[in-house]
Amino acid sequence: MVDLNTYLVIGALLFSLGIFGVITRRNGVAVLMGVELILNAANVNFVAFARFGGMDLSGHIFSLFVIILAAAEAAVALAIILNIYNNMGTINIDEADQLKQ
Amino acid sequence: MTGSFFFYFFAAVTLTSALLVVLNRNAVYSAVLLVFCFFSLAVIFLLLEAYFLAILEILIYAGAIMVLFLFVIMLLSLGREKAQEHFRYLQRGLSLFLVIVFFLSVLIIFLSDSGILHQPHGTFTAGGVNALGEALFTKYLLPFEVASLLLLVALIGTVYLAKRKV
Repeated sequence: MVDLNTYLVIGALLFSLGIFGVITRRNGVAVLMGVELILNAANVNFVAFARFGGMDLSGHIFSLFVIILAAAEAAVALAIILNIYNNMGTINIDEADQLKQ
Repeated sequence: MTGSFFFYFFAAVTLTSALLVVLNRNAVYSAVLLVFCFFSLAVIFLLLEAYFLAILEILIYAGAIMVLFLFVIMLLSLGREKAQEHFRYLQRGLSLFLVIVFFLSVLIIFLSDSGILHQPHGTFTAGGVNALGEALFTKYLLPFEVASLLLLVALIGTVYLAKRKV
């Protein structure tokens, strides 16, 4: 059977891909997709620890709360992106720099 | 051994689609690939015996959150690029191939006599709805209520942010 380390490697790779997306993408919506990947990497780790590491029920409950947080975060962040688009006409996160001046 | 084959297959699918989500320049393609990624992650959760979480992954992530993403992408008309004509046949062939592979793998599972889908591992029942629901309403009642408050705050904040200024 597949052991704990393999799941952790999968989680780590997902996390790295999410970080890569957050760093490299210019599109605000795509950056949020990277954040979703990162949250899912955390979920994989929690569930893997629940199965193999004796974290039994707590791991599942924690990933349940991660999913709830992801839903709330996505809704608020997308509303903010809509506002940025309404105010500046772009969602390129490099051009949304009004606070810098 | 079929279980580990499934794991490696779906782990490869997850990582490949996550890589394509990150690398793709078109936001609509990224979103659809992300849905694909969530579905294969749900299969990995199933292999980890987290049945309820696998369902939630599909319902909330692939269902609710990605629909929200797609709505925003459509609203901002980001996916304006035309579909490439010369990819069409490749796309059809590839999707046909994938459907056939999926069908054959399901067929193999049902035809093999050993109950791969129902392998009990000791007395591990934490992934079921019963144990999870009971824990949620006894030991984790306070975090549960706080989560509902958080959702309410997110709801109010989103409505406030997204409404037209009067």
